[in-house]
Amino acid sequence: MNSITQTFTTAFSLIASVDGALWSIVGRSLWVSGVATVLASGLGILLGAWLAVARFSGRGAVLALLNTMLAIPSVVVGLLVYLMLSRSGPLGSLGWLFSVKAMVLAQALLVLPIVAALTRQLVEDADVLHGEQLQSMAAGSFMRGALHVWDERFAVLMVLLAAFGRAIAEVGAVMVVGGNIEGFTRVMTTAIALETSKGDLPLALGLGLVLLAVVLLLNALVAGVRAFLGGSVSDAAKGVRL
Amino acid sequence: MTLLFNLTGVSVRFRQHEALKNVDLQILQGQRVALIGSNGSGKSTLLRVLNGLISSKSGQKSGQISGTVQTDANLRQAMLFQRPHMLRMSAQANVAMGLWLSGMGWAEAKTCAFAGLAWVGLQAEAARSAKTLSQGQQQRVALARAWVVLSESKQSNLLSNALLLDEPTASMDPHAKREVESMMHDFAVQNMTLVFSSHNLGQVKRLATHVAYLEHGKLLAYLPVGDFFDSDKLHAVSPAADAFLKGETT
Repeated sequence: MNSITQTFTTAFSLIASVDGALWSIVGRSLWVSGVATVLASGLGILLGAWLAVARFSGRGAVLALLNTMLAIPSVVVGLLVYLMLSRSGPLGSLGWLFSVKAMVLAQALLVLPIVAALTRQLVEDADVLHGEQLQSMAAGSFMRGALHVWDERFAVLMVLLAAFGRAIAEVGAVMVVGGNIEGFTRVMTTAIALETSKGDLPLALGLGLVLLAVVLLLNALVAGVRAFLGGSVSDAAKGVRL
Repeated sequence: MTLLFNLTGVSVRFRQHEALKNVDLQILQGQRVALIGSNGSGKSTLLRVLNGLISSKSGQKSGQISGTVQTDANLRQAMLFQRPHMLRMSAQANVAMGLWLSGMGWAEAKTCAFAGLAWVGLQAEAARSAKTLSQGQQQRVALARAWVVLSESKQSNLLSNALLLDEPTASMDPHAKREVESMMHDFAVQNMTLVFSSHNLGQVKRLATHVAYLEHGKLLAYLPVGDFFDSDKLHAVSPAADAFLKGETT
């Protein structure tokens, strides 16, 4: 019991003392996951909105594949990116392996299905509820999708938050493609795994607490934005199935 | 007078359910046609066919259609739904959106939108989020949206106009109902074509020039309003419609 208390105390003092090693890892984690989420969001929202309103043969199979990708293990994504970026891989000439760029790419690919699948569900539900109204106003498929995304923007923000949460909390992909190099590609999750195995529990716990605080802060931010703009999660957003 | 809608042998099927059966209907410019019938008789489906929401191009999900639907090439139409959908933006932007989607610039559309809101008496609510308005106010915003789109096209003097309304005053309090009805009347005096579904026979008598009676997807009677409410004439055309009317009015 004393050991746990001591670990927590040391962890808090590490955070409070603005420990350089700890905060550089936190900063890198935020940057890698933030950029990955932004990249995945741009493509994922477009893809999701299009899939929601487009009708083409084989759409069902595409949706099934997309939904399956929601559950893809991060280490598998890491492995695929590793194969692409390794010297003999198709993108080997970029020389990105064991770099922050590779980590961003891996996390972006990991969260892309989350953004696309959840946006698709949101927009499709909104289209069932209000699509006819927009169609009767001469809005084509593309415009309908765009207006639904705008209309469901608070719910889309939640999707992005979920995607960021997935990115910042994953360990497999960044470990495989980043290599957990100290001062270079080490992020919170890989550091936690390493420090735990080394027995440096206070640093691992400190990083874990910061990780939780970051997600809590983002949640508060989204709630604040929603309250400020008077937004509320719509009927369509309530229908989102994870 | 211009023939705006010409439906010949139109049937619509949703999986196993046939919502419209072999409907023939012609609507001329300036007519005000009320669609009446029990719930599930096909009124809303017919309005959606007229609006082009159910067509051979719209995919199986929205219904499989057969028969011929011809609309006037210059027709500009707007449709109001029982529960109007307001986008998460101001009332003025909601009205402007209708014009913007028709090709007008956003700044000009917002100016016209304000005039539209003034027409429905909601200019004071222009900047308010449309989602926070009452249902009656939202329906008036939707009417303003339709009004500006149809008025704008009328000014160009090239297009025919039709406003389609799917039970626009259902579940409204009497005051809001009267307001919306008065605005529908304003559309009518401008020689705009109205096609609306309603369960309110008083409203039908006040607003319609023609009445179409549907039962189980079949159009059983389509008569001028005077003839429709003349029991002998209606009975001669459709005993079922006559029986429905007697059931409704007693």
